[in-house]
Amino acid sequence: MQFDQILQYTLSGLSTGAIYALIGIGFSIIYNATGIINFAQGEFVMLGGLLTLSCLDLLKLPIWAAIPCAVAVSTLAGLLFERLAIRPLRQPTPINLVIITIGGSILIRGMAMLIWGKDTHAIPSFSGDDPIAIGGATILPQHLWILAITVVIIVINKFYFYHTISGKAMRACAYNRRAAGLVGIDVRRMVLFSFMISSAMGAVAGIIVAPLTMIAYDVGVMLGLKGFCAAIIGGMSSGIATVVGGLLLGVLESLGAGLISSGYKDAIAFIILLLILFIRPQGLFGKADSERV
Amino acid sequence: MLEVSGITQIFGGVTALEDVSFRVNRGDITGVIGPNGAGKTTLFNIITGIYTQTSGKVVFEDKDISGLPPEKLARLAMVRTFQNIELFGGMTVHENVMVGMHTKSSSGMLSCALKMPWSISEERRIRNDSMKWLEFTGITELAEVEAGNLPFGKGRLLEIARALAVEPRIILMDEPAAGLNSQETLGLAHLIKRIRDLGITVVLVEHDMELVMDICDRIVVLNLGRKLAEGTPREIQENPEVIAAYLGDDD
Repeated sequence: MQFDQILQYTLSGLSTGAIYALIGIGFSIIYNATGIINFAQGEFVMLGGLLTLSCLDLLKLPIWAAIPCAVAVSTLAGLLFERLAIRPLRQPTPINLVIITIGGSILIRGMAMLIWGKDTHAIPSFSGDDPIAIGGATILPQHLWILAITVVIIVINKFYFYHTISGKAMRACAYNRRAAGLVGIDVRRMVLFSFMISSAMGAVAGIIVAPLTMIAYDVGVMLGLKGFCAAIIGGMSSGIATVVGGLLLGVLESLGAGLISSGYKDAIAFIILLLILFIRPQGLFGKADSERV
Repeated sequence: MLEVSGITQIFGGVTALEDVSFRVNRGDITGVIGPNGAGKTTLFNIITGIYTQTSGKVVFEDKDISGLPPEKLARLAMVRTFQNIELFGGMTVHENVMVGMHTKSSSGMLSCALKMPWSISEERRIRNDSMKWLEFTGITELAEVEAGNLPFGKGRLLEIARALAVEPRIILMDEPAAGLNSQETLGLAHLIKRIRDLGITVVLVEHDMELVMDICDRIVVLNLGRKLAEGTPREIQENPEVIAAYLGDDD
């Protein structure tokens, strides 16, 4: 009985953790390319979910068409955000940029509230709601979708950064921007790409989680912070460390909520965040100055 | 090939360079020398787009390149190396050189991200082509080593290999022999000559007089921000003003 419960909490923790991992990787990609923490990351998660809703309800698209459409529009929003809010700064300091991203997130959230209202919306599951039994626990098909899509995205991400020239160029910017410019890499374009990739990943996270948790204009705040937490645990790596960070966070949160009290669900995430920042600011797996991409 | 005319650079109240003009011929190795504080590195930083000059013009292959940023210059086939080597520390030696070939890559981010067949075959082509530059600089056996772990001398060779991968027509080297031992310097002299033999024009700032006199076709001497002399190594060695600048005047 007790074991079944723990299995249940772990399984659902893993799928929320996968979402945190996706959002966290979005944080890391931008951080590595530009050195800034993009606090608007969570808003792209929200945009992904709400845009899918509009594609389904207003445009009457089927789900398989609505998702790419929503991801594309969110990516466009990420592109505009970089061009209009980040790039115009002549001599940006990290603190200016961080404050701009916070301002951007408030703006995006406000616009979303005007467009979609304050209500919480539901998106149908991708493939039904019949629970699947695993051992003594059950999971929903949507949980499997989340895990599968997360794995696919992480694999594509890894392939892009390590096995394509464009990806290597982006890593090069993270290691040494000056040298990257010298070998002909347009660093500003790479920064733009990093915003586009991150907003697309955020949107995907928002879309796949929406059928489970519902979606509203203000979900980005909490999801963004949890993703940030995952990225911190992973030492701002855009690779496997942040994925593990996200999964760890998801599972601990779910076990804590289940075994202690669900009131502490969010508190647990932030206690972990604080502990990591106090004890291992380089991340759980990082050496003092670790590889960050 | 490269023509610098009337370059003046003022930092605050300090005139770092004053009306410096000279010309670099295609296929030559040109040395820029001068005592400390003569403005050599400032001049390099202006030519390669890191600083923008107060006045004056830099013309490369009949094109005014004054004020263009480094990445544009790389696309126009001008590259440079640094005195303090600038590498992509967490990437392997091989990857560093592959990134140098970035400008020659035609696949955009989207096709790379979507694993288009042509972007994979291009990746393979670049992987092979880049080995050629590791062989040229003699660091093939270090291909899979992380660049951050290289000894200084090898790092310098890697920086040169990466610069060559951009397929430049001109390469500017800022004190390439700095920090090298005499054996490595000898190898470097040989390497620079081989780079010229590829048809690449070389400009270098250097303190090692033996190296400069040995390999340079022409030499430009700067002193206190002005051009003091220009000529072949022999002419420079016999120029009384240059001797005075280096050894001090009698009075």
